[in-house]
Amino acid sequence: MHKKKCNVCFPSQVEQVKLLDRFSNKSVTGTLHLTATHLIFVESNSTSAQEIWILHHHIASVEKLSLTTSGCPLLIQCRNFRLVHFVIPRERDCHDIYSSLLRLLRPVSYDELYAFSYNPKQNDQQREEGWQLIDLAAEFERMGVPCDQWQLTDVNREYKVCETYPRDLYVPITASKPIIIGSSKFRSKGRFPVLTYFYQEKKAAVCRCSQPLSGFSARCLEDEHMLQAISKANHNSRYIYVMDTRPKLNALANRAAGKGYENEDNYPNIRFQFVGIENIHVMRGSLQKLLEVMGTRSLSMTDYLVGLENSGWLRHIKAIMDAAIFLAKAVTDEGASVLVHCSDGWDRTAQVCALGSLLLDPYYRTIKGFMVLIEKDWISFGHKFADRCDQLDPDPKEVSPIFTQFLECVWQLTEQFPQAFEFSEWFLIQIHEHVHSCQFGNFLGNSQRQREDLQLKERTYSLWAHLLSEKQNYLNPVYSPSFAESHPVLEPSTQAYHFKFWRNMYHQYDRSMHPRQSILKHVLTLKESNRELEGTVQALKTKLQTFGVSTSPLKPQTPPREEDAPASTGGERTVEGSSATENGYGELKGSFDSKNEPAVVTLEFGVARMTC
Amino acid sequence: MEFAELIKTPRVDGVVLHRPFMPTVEGTLCLTGHHLILSSRQDNTEELWLLHANIDSIEKRFVGSLGTIIVKCKDLRVIQLDIPGMEECLNIASSIEALSTLDSVSLMYPFFYRPLFEVIEDGWQLFVPEEAFKDLESMVLFYPWNETTLFGLPKEDEEDNIALWSAESAFTVDEAVMMRAAQPLTGTNGRRCKEDEKLINATLCAGKRGYIIDTRTIAVAQQAKTRGGGFEQEANYPQWRRIHKAIERSNVLQDSLIKLVEACNDQSHSMDRWLSKLEASNWQSKVKEILTTACLAAQCIDREGASVLVHGTEGTDSTLQVTSLAQIILDPACRTIRGFEVLIEREWLQAGHPFQQRCAQSAYSNGKPRSEAPVFLLFLDCVWQILRQFPCSFQFNENLLIMFFEHAYASQFGTFLGNCVAERVKLQLSQKTVSLWSWVNRPQELERFLNPLYEPNNLVIWPSVAPQSLLLWEGVFLRWNRSTKCLDEACQEMVHIIEYNKELQNKVNSLRRQLAQLETEDSPLQTP
Repeated sequence: MHKKKCNVCFPSQVEQVKLLDRFSNKSVTGTLHLTATHLIFVESNSTSAQEIWILHHHIASVEKLSLTTSGCPLLIQCRNFRLVHFVIPRERDCHDIYSSLLRLLRPVSYDELYAFSYNPKQNDQQREEGWQLIDLAAEFERMGVPCDQWQLTDVNREYKVCETYPRDLYVPITASKPIIIGSSKFRSKGRFPVLTYFYQEKKAAVCRCSQPLSGFSARCLEDEHMLQAISKANHNSRYIYVMDTRPKLNALANRAAGKGYENEDNYPNIRFQFVGIENIHVMRGSLQKLLEVMGTRSLSMTDYLVGLENSGWLRHIKAIMDAAIFLAKAVTDEGASVLVHCSDGWDRTAQVCALGSLLLDPYYRTIKGFMVLIEKDWISFGHKFADRCDQLDPDPKEVSPIFTQFLECVWQLTEQFPQAFEFSEWFLIQIHEHVHSCQFGNFLGNSQRQREDLQLKERTYSLWAHLLSEKQNYLNPVYSPSFAESHPVLEPSTQAYHFKFWRNMYHQYDRSMHPRQSILKHVLTLKESNRELEGTVQALKTKLQTFGVSTSPLKPQTPPREEDAPASTGGERTVEGSSATENGYGELKGSFDSKNEPAVVTLEFGVARMTC
Repeated sequence: MEFAELIKTPRVDGVVLHRPFMPTVEGTLCLTGHHLILSSRQDNTEELWLLHANIDSIEKRFVGSLGTIIVKCKDLRVIQLDIPGMEECLNIASSIEALSTLDSVSLMYPFFYRPLFEVIEDGWQLFVPEEAFKDLESMVLFYPWNETTLFGLPKEDEEDNIALWSAESAFTVDEAVMMRAAQPLTGTNGRRCKEDEKLINATLCAGKRGYIIDTRTIAVAQQAKTRGGGFEQEANYPQWRRIHKAIERSNVLQDSLIKLVEACNDQSHSMDRWLSKLEASNWQSKVKEILTTACLAAQCIDREGASVLVHGTEGTDSTLQVTSLAQIILDPACRTIRGFEVLIEREWLQAGHPFQQRCAQSAYSNGKPRSEAPVFLLFLDCVWQILRQFPCSFQFNENLLIMFFEHAYASQFGTFLGNCVAERVKLQLSQKTVSLWSWVNRPQELERFLNPLYEPNNLVIWPSVAPQSLLLWEGVFLRWNRSTKCLDEACQEMVHIIEYNKELQNKVNSLRRQLAQLETEDSPLQTP
């Protein structure tokens, strides 16, 4: 805990602030602190005083509502789907907090981001080790690359061919430098086709790029050669699939702007396929609609289901999943290589390549492997985290929950294959938290090049080291490593009813909606206890041996007495958050005894809203 | 009548059975008076034994001389039988149709079923107070459950179905009771009944308040007046406050079930279509409404310390959903297997839920519904929702709920036959049929229904009724449309972790004891 008082902010502390529950009439009173990095609410007069820490980077919008009889309401929406509603007694204080937050919310330069001041009390060596955890060259080696058909190219060593790609890229051995450079000039942002995953068993490659600058009729021989080289690198199939992840209409529209998609007549041996994933703007709107519906108080079942449908959110999730399954099937069933692109090849392409690889390779379903996958398909290939997650210099049109959708797709898979993943949903939620927190360096900036310029490895810490240090919390207790042997490739069902609303993500802070007893937590605790007990058994056996007793086989077991049970098991598990008042079953208001809440004076005017 | 008359072709060879997510089976199809049996006559393949009573509807199709019968079951399963020979197929189809729609209760399978297991504990003697049967025709039971005495109430009283359930001492609320009833027969001109007022008001001590939860909206309750029904005028029941909730009448529910199952069975749905059909079925809304009302009833008792009287129209459908769910929320005893059986016995069977009428047809019925309605299934769904939210608070698991659903619709046991206690007595079920409880409570069967996560607690469990917290009950509605292999294996692994934990604890304890023993044996030597 490091409450660093901020000198520039005023006031730094406000007493008697009310925190209203989002979905019920409950409220608690406490003190609000404002520091350089966090907004902190500390509940007063309570034995189990809760503390809420809100990182400034997590705040998406601050809204000052009109004055009520009990004070001035301040509504804060966070990117991790937390929504807090404070009521501050004095309007002046509210205004001061409000304007301080506005200033703090708008970092002008990267240096102001939390990652550059965050210090987990590690020395330089520990920090460096953290950054060395994930090694992409080793990852390609694990896939079996370089090999007789694929090689490392140094064309992008200086980021000269494509500045949004990483330095190290893998291409077919028959793709010469002129072909690469020619092809890159024919692709949006110079993002020419490169290898992202190699399916060793069938020698099939998953490649990615951006759209060709084909317009209505333009051709590029080098680009055509490039695709042929990819095709030739795989002897198992005469053709490669080219997956354009956009809806056909969007791709057609791009032609008018001199971009577009591959003409099958010009590219021999390709099978061209549109898969119809919508663009970042549609996805942004979709999430907004979803959150609006889910944030409604006393939501009816009809409005919930209609809202879920109208938001289109699950339809988009299914579209991404369908595309990844198409990719995996092409690779495994037909042994064909696949080239994936969208427009710029850093949003939908990242989703489909990453999810497709996850279906194909059990390694990516482990904790370490999942980090590698994100590092490879998202970070190194230039998913624009800074823009999409709104880290700096906000351009609302660039923000989009593309990465969140990927995490959700993975969650949907964990629901269908509970034993396939080493991690639980808590891992996914934690990654989501830190993609937006700007607390670690991994997701800062838009490309590898930018990250190098920012010297992140020298000046910030790696999230992966932090997550690995708390690995225990993220384990899936029913994970079975042998599942990978029986199901090396995941074949999920894409029936609509298998896609569910991810309550634990989008309502992660709305405890009243969660199951009151968590199976995950319970079984995780038991598994932990099993490990400890195994140690105890071992220790006891050793002790017994000092008495000259052979401990194996054991004496017939006698039922344990209550007081013998180790304290570590079972633990304290209350049915937390289960209260009648919190749930608002309704109707009891205005009953004989219950007190009425003070009426809220709402004015039509004076609603200050600020979105950044 | 002889069953043989209805079975024109008792046996057909070369029949092929198709079931989703299972390999096809070729074998011999046999029809008996109560079963459709398909046997491959090979050792390792599973046989199909289907109760005719479980068949909801059938469809036939012909391609050349190959006939196909699609059998749709009340437990929502759909299977396909390919039968060579047009005549055989037609015969089989008409036999199934006749045998699955037998009118007479006494021809039902429970009257023919002889258990293959030894009945150790007769389920018929388990929960039923014997004295209660004496005079059922003229008397309706009125029974405080924590006392042993029973007394009746004359039928002339306008509330013909009152049961009083006294809050047990486990609740810290003193003197709060929950009662159920049918609507009062006030009619349009506001008839009063002094005895009814006295009875209702007498349950409250001076200064105490009570809530009457009418499961109908005020508009529906008003309408009921024109048919002689109505609701309590507050002036006549001064200590009571009336609350109206909107639980749908039972006739709407059947339509809802049909739509839901249709949506679940259509594999071609896009996401939008699926969600819109799920919404249009209105099933989930009903789950939310019922749970909300039950929570409200429980809240009145637990939080306000007030007594509650629940009624709708007849007091045999929505009323029972509310009172039984409220007890599950309030009373930890109802969350054990025994306690849940007692609850079903008391709040459903003895309270006169007309099981036979309500469960005559399920989601695939073609005909115009008469009095069919999945009232009980909705209740089970609500229990499942609470179970999902409190997975460590129930002694039983989902399988028990699914089993009750199956047996309410088609069973070898007599428990769910008839529409009320009086009918059951007339049918002599306890003499002529086996009770479901006799079977369920055998240790071999119970094992299947035990929740490995169960850790008893004495708390009141308040479920969330937010739509985000309520899920589609896949175990019933998608049961036949998905492969559960991965889920089952994960569940197995969870059980393994829990059992291993117990095993390790035992091991540690026995080692500790052994060590302690050695240490005490040793110590006298060290201190001579």
